[in-house]
Amino acid sequence: MSGVIVNIALKQFPAVGQAPPVTALKNLQFALSPGEFVCVLGPSGCGKTTLLNIVAGLDRDYRGQVRMAGSAGEAKRVLGYVFQTPRLLPWRTVAENIRLVLRPGQDTRIVDDLLSMTGLSEFRNTYPERLSVGMSRRVALARAFSVEPDLLLMDEPFVSLDEATAQRLRLMLLDIWRRRPTTVLFVTHDTREAAMLADRIVQLSSSPGCVESILAVDIPRAQRNDTSAVEAWRNRTI
Amino acid sequence: MRSSGLRSFGIRFASFAVLIVLWQLGSLVLGHRKLPSPATVAAVMSGEFADGTLLFHVGVTLLRVAASFVVAMAIGIVMGVAMGRLPNVNLFLDGWLVVLLTFPALVTTVLCYLWFGFTEAAVITAVAINKIPTVAVTMREGARALNRDNLEMAAVFRFGPLKTLRHVILPELAPFLIAAARSGLALIWKIVLVVELLGRSNGVGFQIYTFFSFFDVPSILAYTIAFVVVIQLIEFGILRPLDRHATRWRR
Repeated sequence: MSGVIVNIALKQFPAVGQAPPVTALKNLQFALSPGEFVCVLGPSGCGKTTLLNIVAGLDRDYRGQVRMAGSAGEAKRVLGYVFQTPRLLPWRTVAENIRLVLRPGQDTRIVDDLLSMTGLSEFRNTYPERLSVGMSRRVALARAFSVEPDLLLMDEPFVSLDEATAQRLRLMLLDIWRRRPTTVLFVTHDTREAAMLADRIVQLSSSPGCVESILAVDIPRAQRNDTSAVEAWRNRTI
Repeated sequence: MRSSGLRSFGIRFASFAVLIVLWQLGSLVLGHRKLPSPATVAAVMSGEFADGTLLFHVGVTLLRVAASFVVAMAIGIVMGVAMGRLPNVNLFLDGWLVVLLTFPALVTTVLCYLWFGFTEAAVITAVAINKIPTVAVTMREGARALNRDNLEMAAVFRFGPLKTLRHVILPELAPFLIAAARSGLALIWKIVLVVELLGRSNGVGFQIYTFFSFFDVPSILAYTIAFVVVIQLIEFGILRPLDRHATRWRR
């Protein structure tokens, strides 16, 4: 796993037709330590997904720098990404979707291991179109962990799920993360979710997004599934 | 499931039987010389089949169809996908495509015979030139519709170009590929017949031209039906199973 230093001076989307250019991110600076779980919290449209796309290398049209420290090197860094929608290949089964992302030479037993952790073992040969939304998101979670990433990016992965399912998946995420530790950058607009998951919360201002504050979450990890403890911390702090 | 399969087979069989009956009636109304009966055509077909003539000419035409099909699909796919993904390539080639789409098949055939002589190369070039633009148009639409989300997923997980092509792009283009292949096959064999008629000394097109000279309607129908049957065998034996395989994941 590796730490990350984010230093984005400016990210602007060019003008389209009559619409003026949009400044999505400006003077955005923060860092993640190796193995840390950081939630980026901000209102809708503040550039959270843009930030993740920049860190993932999907968007290179910005001024600034994103550096990963402690990994084998920039070219060899391994990323996991849980997108806002699962983005599973519909023509591949659950197990194939996970197996496809493995690196050459990687032990394929990790697929069974993660399918078991996400409760999907009996659906390994099922095509994604036959899965529920919650199950698809579990596959996406398993796929992201399967590459044993140096950095795991998560873009509101539990959005649009009912609260009970979302809560179950958050606990599942914490359980997998405990067993397979990695650095996590998790984007959300839900303060409860951020308080439950994060070691630190980076709060962004509305557009253009820049760091408004950074909060350390001091709820012991053992109490993170206690909603009242999380709620009390949230009311006190955010 | 089984009863619906039986029912659809029954409907298809009834449709075929009605067609034969209508043909027989047409033959009675128009006269045997203009429209020979199904039995006469079947007798001619079996005679030509027995002495090997039918198989030889159908085989020759089939080889020309196959060669033209492969060339047209290969060039059309590369051209269409490049045009769908790269705006500058699309701008550059779009005008060519419009010209090729409107170019009469007869003109390309005659020109190819004039340029290359009465050779197989001329046949394949003429047919491919006629088919490439329609394949390219279909594939361009497919490439334009490629899901960006899947491509981004492949980029993040470092699939690399070959793995992305094999596991992300080609499966997504499969319906377009099959549509292009299906319409390609239907169009190509018709053009091949015209090309054979104009400048070859064998093949179904040449035979039909010969029978035309002798007003031999039964033989014309026998060869046409034989080739239609071959094309249908390709459709049911190759294209449909491929289609089913490519879309097996759909609900």
